Amino acid sequence: MRTRENLFLALLALPAMVVFAAFWLLPMARLVSVGASGPRGPAAYLAIVTDANYFASLVSTVTLSIGVTFSTLVVAGIAGMFLQRNDFPGRAVLVSLLTFPLAFPGVVIGFMVIMLAGRQGLIGSVTDALFGSKLVFAYSIAGLFAGYLYFSIPRVILTVMAAVEKLDRALEEAARSLGATPWQVLRDVVLPGLRPALISAGAICFATSMGAFGTAFTLATNINVLPITIYTEFTNYANFSIAAALSLVLGVITWAALAVARTLAGSTVAAAA
Amino acid sequence: MSAKGRPEREFRPLGGSEVREPAGPPQGQTPECEARTSSVKPRAWGDHNDAASVRLAHCAKTFPDGTRALLPLDLEIQAGETVVFLGPSGCGKTTLLRIIAGLAQPDAGGRVFFGDDDVTARPIERRNVGMVFQSYALFPNMTVAENIAYGLRVRGIRADERRQQSARLLDMMRLAGLGDRRVDQLSGGQRQRVALARALAVRPRVLLLDEPLTALDAKLRESLRVGIDRLLRSLGITAVYVTHDQAEAMALGDRVAVMSHGRVEQIGAPQDIYYRPASAFVADFIGTMNRVSGERDGPSLRFPGGTLRLPDHAVAADHAMFRPQDARIVEPGAGALTGRVAAAFFLGSMTRVVVDLPGEQTIVVDTVERRSFVNGDAIGVDIDPDALVILES
Repeated sequence: MRTRENLFLALLALPAMVVFAAFWLLPMARLVSVGASGPRGPAAYLAIVTDANYFASLVSTVTLSIGVTFSTLVVAGIAGMFLQRNDFPGRAVLVSLLTFPLAFPGVVIGFMVIMLAGRQGLIGSVTDALFGSKLVFAYSIAGLFAGYLYFSIPRVILTVMAAVEKLDRALEEAARSLGATPWQVLRDVVLPGLRPALISAGAICFATSMGAFGTAFTLATNINVLPITIYTEFTNYANFSIAAALSLVLGVITWAALAVARTLAGSTVAAAA
Repeated sequence: MSAKGRPEREFRPLGGSEVREPAGPPQGQTPECEARTSSVKPRAWGDHNDAASVRLAHCAKTFPDGTRALLPLDLEIQAGETVVFLGPSGCGKTTLLRIIAGLAQPDAGGRVFFGDDDVTARPIERRNVGMVFQSYALFPNMTVAENIAYGLRVRGIRADERRQQSARLLDMMRLAGLGDRRVDQLSGGQRQRVALARALAVRPRVLLLDEPLTALDAKLRESLRVGIDRLLRSLGITAVYVTHDQAEAMALGDRVAVMSHGRVEQIGAPQDIYYRPASAFVADFIGTMNRVSGERDGPSLRFPGGTLRLPDHAVAADHAMFRPQDARIVEPGAGALTGRVAAAFFLGSMTRVVVDLPGEQTIVVDTVERRSFVNGDAIGVDIDPDALVILES
């Protein structure tokens, strides 16, 4: 009786297992073995730290992602708090405009960065008129930073707004009644209340920035971030093993960031990106 | 229906404007209570020299959508006094509390004074009030002790002193040993006491309590009510208490202000409110009140069921009101009123008899007599003339 029940349960789990094996386990195993099959052998996995090029790529990707994450949290945290707490005419329109970038693919975001900070861009022509020299940063890490910030902010704003709505106003009033200044209320009540939302939004923001490809590819193929490095290793040099090894490292770092966030936030962090 | 805390109150002076002596001996403190707090220096919180009177001058509140939450009000709360604002939801009592707290601004022209100090323009964080919320509003990211010491922390008091103070308050509120707990590990009653301790830790000039017992079950509510009463009495603190529970209001208030539709209908000692209601709303809102109307015949009121002699001050009234316990059941024809038993409910300590009077009037009489009533029986009802409540006009 017991065995038959277990058999039945196993049968129920079978479709999920098949999908898991076909689309996760097998490709991952293949990727792991491809990564170790190159001329370097399993040492390909170490190349990311031993090879100066790859290591630089890793460092710049992680630095960029962390920078984007923190800037987004600050900008979107303040904006989300403001938008949720203040009612003014046009608020709904403003919120929907701010969340508009969600509708764009990375390529379009990259295009918009070029329009803003490219050689013919708005910032370039303004600085040219003012100082006689064009400020152009679209085709560098700075351009990528602007692009990632642009598409990270909407997601975080929406998360923050939802979290602010759930904050108990009585907590802030209680802190104020005890003499807390607005900054102390922010530090001791509001931010702790928003902490889970900020952590999970930040983790998704970090993961997205680590893996985003479209924007970087549009801006320039020689920006030294991991997704581009993987792409060039793979297509330009047919260096399959290194591409596979770098892919795995990228995946593991992103996954680890999400896992840490999940533990810290104590709630489910959607594995987007 | 009458205030359950009444016997305790009789040891205290009554009247509309009495002031509890702030530094006097703690009143109403039983030996049991003293035993509990013997390890504490009650004087630390008992010396409430900072207790301030509260004066509202022409305070009104109109919401942006035009609703008048509070009609212009002038009111003085003595230093050390407990005033309870009582009324149904939407009567403006919470708005009034928020104006005193500094969480809401009165309409232009309204002023709030703490003692001689005009605090109208000051936000809540600079008014030095203690506030207890209905939801307790304890900080979930802090321990019990950190919650209690928060007001001291934002005042820049040193950590060891904070620890001492919160330990003292934990003791005083019978929470000793719970200082390191997280807030969500506490029961409702414990949370309520932590909220109270946190509000008291800053030695507020005024303690504001917004329905602090509403979230608790009836039994706990009653025992905490006694606890709060003792505490307010022993501290001699000025307290403003908002509730919709009349038993709570009667038990705790030196004065009770009954509110309705943004207006204070009546303010006075609980006995005044109960025995001498100033308006039909107060009469109906507090306890059960019978109302009989009839034809005026000289000094009496005549109706099909009998004649009721009215007190001399009833000039033109065509009705009289009385409490169920102020009526006596007598033989048919012997009392002022005669009617038939419509229903009788045995409630243990008394029997509540519903009596139909001729002419479609119904009254309720409470009796402690050990007799049974049969529906339809003719009975007489007599009422002590002194207990009649007459509202002229």
